[in-house]
Amino acid sequence: MTARGPALGRAPARLLVPACVGVAFLGLPLLALLARTPWSDFLTRLTEPAILDALRLSMVTSLAAVAVVTAVGIPLAWALARVEFPGRTVVRAFVIVPLVLPPVVGGVALLSAFGRRGLLGAPLYDAFGVSLPFTTPAVVVAHAFVSLPFFVLSVEGALRATDREYDVVAATLGASRWTTFRRVSLPLAGPGLLAGLVLAWARALGEFGATITFAGNYPGTTRTMPNAIYVELQNDQQAALVLSVILMLVSVAVLALLRERWFDQAVHGPVRA
Amino acid sequence: MRTRTPALLLSLVATLALAGCGGSDASSGGGGSDQETGTLTVLAAASLTETFTTLAKDFEDRHPGVQVKLAFDSSATLAEQVTQGAPADVLATADERTMQTVVDAHGTAGDARLFATNHLQMVVPRDNPAGLKKFSDLERPGVKYVVCVDSAPCGKLAATVLEATGITAKPVSEEVDVKAVLGKVELGEADAGLVYATDAVAGGDKVRPIDIPTSNENLNSYPIAALADARKPALARDWVALVTGPTGRRVLADAGFGKP
Amino acid sequence: MSRPYLDAHVVVRRPGHTVDVRLTAEPGDVVAVIGPNGAGKSTFVRALAGVVPLDDGHVLCAGETWDRPGERRTEVRRRGVGMVFQSELLFPHLSALGNVAFGPRSRGVPRRTAEATARDWLARLGVDDLAGRRPAQLSGGQAQRVAIARALAAEPRLLLLDEPLSALDVGVAMALRLELSRHLADYAGVALLVTHDALDAMTVANRVLVIDDGRVAQEGTPAEVAQRPATDHVARLVGLNVLRGRSSGTTVRLADDSTVVTSTPAEGEVSACFSPAAVTLTVGEPHGSARNRWKGTVTSVAPHGAAVRVHLDAGAGLIADVTPASATQLALVPGAAVWATVKATEISVYGGEPAHNP
Repeated sequence: MTARGPALGRAPARLLVPACVGVAFLGLPLLALLARTPWSDFLTRLTEPAILDALRLSMVTSLAAVAVVTAVGIPLAWALARVEFPGRTVVRAFVIVPLVLPPVVGGVALLSAFGRRGLLGAPLYDAFGVSLPFTTPAVVVAHAFVSLPFFVLSVEGALRATDREYDVVAATLGASRWTTFRRVSLPLAGPGLLAGLVLAWARALGEFGATITFAGNYPGTTRTMPNAIYVELQNDQQAALVLSVILMLVSVAVLALLRERWFDQAVHGPVRA
Repeated sequence: MRTRTPALLLSLVATLALAGCGGSDASSGGGGSDQETGTLTVLAAASLTETFTTLAKDFEDRHPGVQVKLAFDSSATLAEQVTQGAPADVLATADERTMQTVVDAHGTAGDARLFATNHLQMVVPRDNPAGLKKFSDLERPGVKYVVCVDSAPCGKLAATVLEATGITAKPVSEEVDVKAVLGKVELGEADAGLVYATDAVAGGDKVRPIDIPTSNENLNSYPIAALADARKPALARDWVALVTGPTGRRVLADAGFGKP
Repeated sequence: MSRPYLDAHVVVRRPGHTVDVRLTAEPGDVVAVIGPNGAGKSTFVRALAGVVPLDDGHVLCAGETWDRPGERRTEVRRRGVGMVFQSELLFPHLSALGNVAFGPRSRGVPRRTAEATARDWLARLGVDDLAGRRPAQLSGGQAQRVAIARALAAEPRLLLLDEPLSALDVGVAMALRLELSRHLADYAGVALLVTHDALDAMTVANRVLVIDDGRVAQEGTPAEVAQRPATDHVARLVGLNVLRGRSSGTTVRLADDSTVVTSTPAEGEVSACFSPAAVTLTVGEPHGSARNRWKGTVTSVAPHGAAVRVHLDAGAGLIADVTPASATQLALVPGAAVWATVKATEISVYGGEPAHNP
């Protein structure tokens, strides 16, 4: 009786066991969250105005942040991938910094720049009487600040993986650099772009530290879902659980849209003949 | 409940003896707890930051070999942590309601003791950008003021005070703890904030206080208790004794706390 | 005296070697640029396209100055240069039609018109039924045809083909080579075909430019270069046998003291050249009128066009072209022992002094 296993042999235990541990490590807290949720009053809580407010606000601000990130991030990623300019390494370092910065520190940095006494915020306030903190746009700014690096890194990676010879081909066919970007570079980076978009959105949706520090925490204006969860945690743990599960389900649904194929192409570039 | 009655009795005697002698010299009396070493973990409401930090130095002088580890946060967060089993020896909250949740969950070793009171004050940034002179100026259009989130003791108190004084203007943000409120005012991001009188003192010359009418009738009482799962129960009781004793009372009064 | 259509003097300096190549051409010329790998052919061609900047020299085409260092350098996209690459480089996210229409559309031609033009070109290359397919769904030969259509649809003034057949199977390359020669004959501009395969040069081009070590080794018509190679290297590139020795009358004495009998009397140091097709291979010792025979060992056997090219070591290196049937019959494999014979009348002699009348 011959064993019918895979052609290269069975997966070795010394790799499978830690992998399973990893899955358990990630899965157990999420399953526990689901298990502890008071499902009986899930729906009633879901429709509470305060919760719906927070949910609506989170959706609006995270999507707005993604729009900002896309508008700014694509050109930035293109410049980093395709243009040789002096100080490119420094610029790339700046882009990566928010990734490693604790979010609260990010919030403090945003205050220093755009707060009422901030470097840019102070002259703006003196001139127009407007300041960002405590407004919904401030939430968008905080979200964009933390998620821009994800997006730029993803898109830059995808652009770099695209063969530069395609740019040469397009030029010989008479395309301007803008046409080449629009019709060749960007479509070829498509999967990386989508992956970056989804990552940026997920990051913005979950952002807490920078938001509460820079934008504040007021129902309807600046109390996003993560803020609401934090507040509820002190008050009513059951409500906090419900909110957490809602946010988790939304995030999972979004990530399910992200197909493995896009990650593959983002890393290896488009499939060639 | 720990059954270490002999040690408890002895430490009580020692504390009373110290109190009787004026309490400020660093000599240690007899008793087993004075020879204990290690780390004492104290969880305290954010508004106790300055006072407890001072008292911790005092405690460490009196108990050589002991290190006091202080964690300041919103009372509600700390109470939650204790009920979830966080390792700590002492808990001090900014109102009785929050402490009650811990007592109800059998988290304390015995009853909690009240050791201070606090009332709210309004603070404005040093340069007073909105030109506020009295509490009712909050009603002026365009004024941005911040308070604690209503699940925190200072937030509940703020809500009470605002209602009592008939202020209808809404705050622009509800911060997670009173220090965050103070921070926003110090930075000049908010035109005003409702903080404890003690925080107004702690803010120094970065902020200017404005009295709130009726605030002296609306007080938060601060309870302190040694915790049931304390690893250093004897040290915990010593700490409670220090806070409730003459040294503690003096430090708290200096900071602006009221008598319990 | 009118200006040539293409007037190029390409000087590109890189650490290690320099490319210094001159070329002039008129519309309708198909110039085969041949040379060994690393000779600088691609650099030369990319400099004409504008991808590589000149360090010195000039590129003038169709009355415009494309590159004159210090003065002016035209962008790639404004030159009107069409390129076909060894690896096709079709845009993976566009269909064959989209690829071919890309050139016209980039210049502002409306979509419908551009696609009609594209269909036309695809039909001319015989792949119009593949218009809707993505490059990933095309075979090597099909993809290269689409790539050629794409380059031609942009109506280039200069067409540069950089080793277009190198990546294709021998059979596919054969067929495409013939088609290419027809299309290039119709093409109105100047075409440069870079290759390391002399067969491309002989069948497709009307001029040959031999580049070796960054410089022009020889230039001329395919026949001239094949029959009168200027250097051994060129000869080997073009695939000829070259034996050097001292000629006295019609006998050439080689370095190892063996002799070669030619039909051209000459005196002095000469090169005796004969084509691989003139070599007959036998397994046993040959009998016959051929005056020159060598015993040797086969060192390599490889297909070469429709024939089989056999390299042997017979004191000197020799190249022989035989039919595939003969190769099998004689069991020609590396290591096999063979006899090679060449008729004296097949040998050309270069160099030396013509002999006085015998």
